[in-house]
Amino acid sequence: MSREPVRRSRVEWLVAALFGLTALAGVGLLLVYVLGGQTQVEGVLLAIALGSLGVGIVLWAQDLMVTPVVVEERHPYGSDPVIAADLDATLDEEAGFTRRRLLVGMLLTALAGLAAALAIPVLSLGPAPGRELFTTAWRPGKRLVGADGTPIRATDIPIDSLVTVFPEGDAGSADSQTLLIRVPPGLLRLDPSRASWAPEGYVAYSKVCTHAGCPVGLYRASERKLICPCHQSTFDVLTGATPVFGPAARALPQLPIRLQDDGTFVADGDFPEPVGPSFWNQTS
Amino acid sequence: MTDRPRSDAGATELDRLIGWLDERTGFAEVARGALRKVFPDHWSFLLGEVALFCYVVLVATGVFLTFFFAADSRPVTYDGPYVPLRGAQVSAAFDSVMRLSFEVRAGLLMRQIHHWAAVVFVAAIVIHVCRIFFTGAFRRPREINWLVGFGILVLALAAGFTGYSLPDDLLSGTGLRIFYSVAEAIPFIGPWFAYLFFGGEFPTVELLGRLYVFHIMLIPALMIGGITVHLAILWIQKHTQYPGGRARETNVVGRHFWPGQVFRSTGLFLLTAAIIAVVGGLVQINPVWVYGPFVPFAVSSPAQPDWYIGWLEGALRLGPNWEPTILGVTIPSLFLPGIVVPTVLFGGFALWPFIEARLSGDHREHHILQWPWQAPARLAIGSAVLTLFVVLTIAGGNDVLAVFLHVGVEELTQTLRILAFVAPLIVAAIAYRLAIERRRRDAEEEQ
Repeated sequence: MSREPVRRSRVEWLVAALFGLTALAGVGLLLVYVLGGQTQVEGVLLAIALGSLGVGIVLWAQDLMVTPVVVEERHPYGSDPVIAADLDATLDEEAGFTRRRLLVGMLLTALAGLAAALAIPVLSLGPAPGRELFTTAWRPGKRLVGADGTPIRATDIPIDSLVTVFPEGDAGSADSQTLLIRVPPGLLRLDPSRASWAPEGYVAYSKVCTHAGCPVGLYRASERKLICPCHQSTFDVLTGATPVFGPAARALPQLPIRLQDDGTFVADGDFPEPVGPSFWNQTS
Repeated sequence: MTDRPRSDAGATELDRLIGWLDERTGFAEVARGALRKVFPDHWSFLLGEVALFCYVVLVATGVFLTFFFAADSRPVTYDGPYVPLRGAQVSAAFDSVMRLSFEVRAGLLMRQIHHWAAVVFVAAIVIHVCRIFFTGAFRRPREINWLVGFGILVLALAAGFTGYSLPDDLLSGTGLRIFYSVAEAIPFIGPWFAYLFFGGEFPTVELLGRLYVFHIMLIPALMIGGITVHLAILWIQKHTQYPGGRARETNVVGRHFWPGQVFRSTGLFLLTAAIIAVVGGLVQINPVWVYGPFVPFAVSSPAQPDWYIGWLEGALRLGPNWEPTILGVTIPSLFLPGIVVPTVLFGGFALWPFIEARLSGDHREHHILQWPWQAPARLAIGSAVLTLFVVLTIAGGNDVLAVFLHVGVEELTQTLRILAFVAPLIVAAIAYRLAIERRRRDAEEEQ
């Protein structure tokens, strides 16, 4: 017991010093800010200011305060049954809910009608999904252009490479983004009905992943597979971008294209199926 | 009564202020009761406090950020000091985040503290929930506060996701695109819901403004309401306590709210803020200038969300490529991992106190906590869910992990698909076994 006062005053000094450090760090932070600011130094000084204040306060509580352990009784939660019954009576009988069934019924009907009317503005938040889920900006005769809007020429694409294309006038479009890939012509094994869709080994698929809609941005040229970087769905370019691995279940829709005499490409129509992830009413 | 003299000799300024207030409100009696309230001491009771303090840091830094951020997707040309992006077409929102990061003094510090605080906030909530779960603190009469807490956790996730999406960088744009696709997979109303929320087909100009309203107004307002109710119920019901010592079901053993608990909690607040400040100052987070502005036809790879979204991303990555068409209705492959799995997990989570009471038949009140091994079945189920969470989170980074481990993504994904089912069962069995043994040892020692 005799040593107690000595220790206490030491802690008191320490706490005082910590509070002083907070003040210093605060002034330092102010200086750094005025001199132009520096993120790392600001963070460290702020942490010192807050931290030494925090340590000081905790030490104060732990060592300089008498905080005995005490016992408090709990009380039961439920109210006195008489009071509960009285609440029930007050709520119900004075307003007459149980006696006036008709009015209660009509009141609820009124509230339901009002709620419906008040909820209607929610529908203003967006248009009803119509045909645009099923279509893109591709139309027969639309020229294939790059992200900067300039037409893509067959000679721009070396074998086993690819370029992102858009319909002319819609460069950068999210749902019309398409990959134009050049593979050696003999390798393609497309459905016979689509034989004319890929002239001279140039084949075009929607770039919107059929799994979760990410742009299918990776191409493994050695295997001729497209890979979606989001969830690793993998599509075989040679067989019509059919899914061969990962969570995607549908092939990337293929865009029918024609090679023009001037070396540019045009679309022969829109994608035959909706692009992007599937949705419930997709087949309707 | 009205002019009772309060200014006795020796009265301090504080006495006078209290007197002034008490004469007008009678608050002294309430305040005295509050200051004398008893709170049990245990380190694990501080986890919820850490979450609360993170929320304070989030509001403080967030208010600062709102003074600079522009929720505007109109295109502008970037001409700020970050040379690699100079001349690039970016949205006004991205531009404002760049300005905040490079030109506003202490702006980057505030941004990084805000983001780190969000990361720690959700972590603190999750660990707090684990403590509540494994010690049975949710049992009657505290089911009600479990539900409120569940609401706060969902709000925290929503706040995190909306905040992550605001800078309009490539990473957040990819996240939104996936969110839109998952929304489309909601049975039957999916496309309608997605169109109402986004304002049309992705991407829309309305979206940023809407996310902003959610992030800085609707979610924080609900969260403040939720936290207030959470704490009020805690206050009214009194805290639980661990067994041992003088603790009984009928009492609370601890220290008075004032001064010990108030001082310790204030210290804890300052230390929490200090740690977030130093991390926010020294450790870069979400460098949007590296990702670049959002363009719908590009994607950053590898793309990783914040940690608490990783398990949802992992579920999508492990999802089977099933897309059956039944009676002319296509069930999207996203439906199972994107809608069913989260609904089942969150639903079971929210209703757990009622499920457990039904299964165990224990409907009594409990104020003494259990050690995790005292309820082996609960420990097993909780460990299984946590294991699933870990496997899915790992799956959310399968591409990065595959490179790191020098294995193919395909093999790793297949392995993780199996692990998602097997690992939780194994962990549950081990946890159950250990708990039973520990319980038996405890019983033997008591004899």
